[in-house]
Amino acid sequence: MSIFVDENTKVVVQGLTGGQGRFHALRNRAYGTKVVAGVTPGKGGQDVEGIPVFDSVAEAVAATGANASFVSVPPRFAGDAVVEAAAAGIPFVVCITEFIPAQDEARFYNLLRRDYPATRLLGPNCPGIISPGKCNIGITAGEIALAGGPVGIVSRSGTLTYQALNELSLQGVGQTTCVGIGGDPVPGTSFIDCLAAFQADPETGAVMMIGEIGGSEEERAAEYIAKEMTKPVVAYIAGVTAPPGRRMGHAGAIISGSQGTARAKMEALEAAGARVAPNPTAAGEMMVEVVRGL
Amino acid sequence: MDLFEYQGKQYFARWGIPTSRGGVADTVEEAVARAEEAGYPVVVKAQVQVGGRGKAGGIKLASGADEVRSHAGAILGMDIKGHRVRRLWIEHASDIAEEYYASLTLDRAAKLHLAMVSSKGGVEIEQVAEEDPAAIARLHIDPVDGLSPDQARRLVAEAGLAPSEPGAQEEAAQVLTRLYRCFVEGDADLVEINPLILTPDGHIHALDAKVTLDDNAAFRHPEWEEWKGSAELDERERLARERGLNYIGLDGTVGIIANGAGLAMSTCDVVNQVGGSPANFLDIGGGANAAVMAAALEVINTDPKVAAILVNVFGGITRVDEVARGIVEAISRVELGSPLVLRLDGTNAEEGRRILKEHESERLIVRPTMLEAARTAVSLAGDRSRERDGSQEEGTEGRSR
Repeated sequence: MSIFVDENTKVVVQGLTGGQGRFHALRNRAYGTKVVAGVTPGKGGQDVEGIPVFDSVAEAVAATGANASFVSVPPRFAGDAVVEAAAAGIPFVVCITEFIPAQDEARFYNLLRRDYPATRLLGPNCPGIISPGKCNIGITAGEIALAGGPVGIVSRSGTLTYQALNELSLQGVGQTTCVGIGGDPVPGTSFIDCLAAFQADPETGAVMMIGEIGGSEEERAAEYIAKEMTKPVVAYIAGVTAPPGRRMGHAGAIISGSQGTARAKMEALEAAGARVAPNPTAAGEMMVEVVRGL
Repeated sequence: MDLFEYQGKQYFARWGIPTSRGGVADTVEEAVARAEEAGYPVVVKAQVQVGGRGKAGGIKLASGADEVRSHAGAILGMDIKGHRVRRLWIEHASDIAEEYYASLTLDRAAKLHLAMVSSKGGVEIEQVAEEDPAAIARLHIDPVDGLSPDQARRLVAEAGLAPSEPGAQEEAAQVLTRLYRCFVEGDADLVEINPLILTPDGHIHALDAKVTLDDNAAFRHPEWEEWKGSAELDERERLARERGLNYIGLDGTVGIIANGAGLAMSTCDVVNQVGGSPANFLDIGGGANAAVMAAALEVINTDPKVAAILVNVFGGITRVDEVARGIVEAISRVELGSPLVLRLDGTNAEEGRRILKEHESERLIVRPTMLEAARTAVSLAGDRSRERDGSQEEGTEGRSR
């Protein structure tokens, strides 16, 4: 099993005719993902290497039965694209767009929460989701993932997600699903959403969680782990050496005062019973040990 | 982008939030001219982005031109917690009956806007939150609905602002709704007024302005352009920003370049764990190409503290062969002052390593893992730092600047 996506997931790509959208959509399809449609307003009727393009998500859904969307459009259009997908009844929307204004994110997140509660948004500013051998939506290089489980990965950082996949795959430890939730201020899907899904997924035996400084999502995840998780969790938090009050790349990685420091997060996770690694390599090694003991 | 007080007040004025008459001065004579325009008495305020200006002597009251001259002369050029004062804000001094606090920000845990209002202003709000949390009225606002005038009125009442003055209460509620519009339409991450004052004649008025703008929204705010030049950045941060790089200077000796904020932070951490200290955080972002890599190396090369450079790239969108070409281009363009240690993995990594093969030397070392690369860089930096201590000239040799 996997979470959020599987071999039956049919993907419509919003922004398929753009450079980024086309590149990643074709890579996702080459990986084996069912990329069934693209949407670019005004370009309906065209196709991108055989993938039909529609003017709207609703038309794409009607014609192809798409049940997931991959949003790869510029920041100023991303909010409308996400809402359009939700309004068309798409239950799972992956938005990789970076640099979306925080006010827009807050607005469309809450609009979805209120008007389209059945839609799950992953991202924005995330690498996407891969269930090895079944489905890959987003920018993850599929080759570094290994099918067969038993590890579920959830991460706030893109490149650290690849790092984690790589470390595990090199050791012969496969993954059920790897979810990049993104580091923006208002992520559609949280650590807790993923932890809960992995806890419920019979094929996932252990979870690797990769966090970073800023916010309190990791601390909340720690509370959840203490209360609800019976599966082992290995965690790594980036940013121990980060100076306070500075933005480190994404909006997510900002700390003010002692709140949201890497140390505070690591301590909370350790207290919750997770194993906390000092660096990504050690996290991989710890997980290999955990998997051997399953 | 953090705004200076005077910029924040200019921003507030666009949404009709009342502030004092005043103007900006970069010299003593300008300060006197602004004071004459504002009308005495005036307050001379240092424009620095750091708290505790008043205690440091950066805010002074002046009742005439001579006093403005002496205060402005003393404050201009003053060092306040490492921030040099280059600009003053001169405004008409207000009579104060009471001092309040108001702010709007995003509560990331609740994923809603959060308004905070308190009748205990003029002091650090963190201190109030700690000592008397009940003194801060809080309201979560759904960004889809916004803040209604009625909600603003209730917030004012709950915070106990101007309890016996209905007129001032209404003004305070109006300031809140305007501040909310400034926050949302103005694309701010934070707007804060501390103190928000009640004057003896019953009016509400912003005496300070703290505004942090969301850089991601710059595309719809051409008016922000004029403020970009004044942002408090050090030379290298400015250079990096011009080249579209995300750079933050730190104190160590190992220069760091990585793709992605998470990996860059993690690289800093690992350098630290193996006994070194990072000289910077530099994220070349997703999709970095040869030109970006070359620019990153050039920026780091201007840092005299750097004794070794560690490049850690895990290709996703970023193609490692492109990164390798950038490195080759950079070393042909500038003479690097420090040895380079590389760890390259992910998309097209083999091709990247092949490109670098013929350039490998004791000044360009490729290591297979992040940990090994960090160890090598830290060891090289340590050796070179020790050499430098012996010979003062060593460190600046071969720099491009």
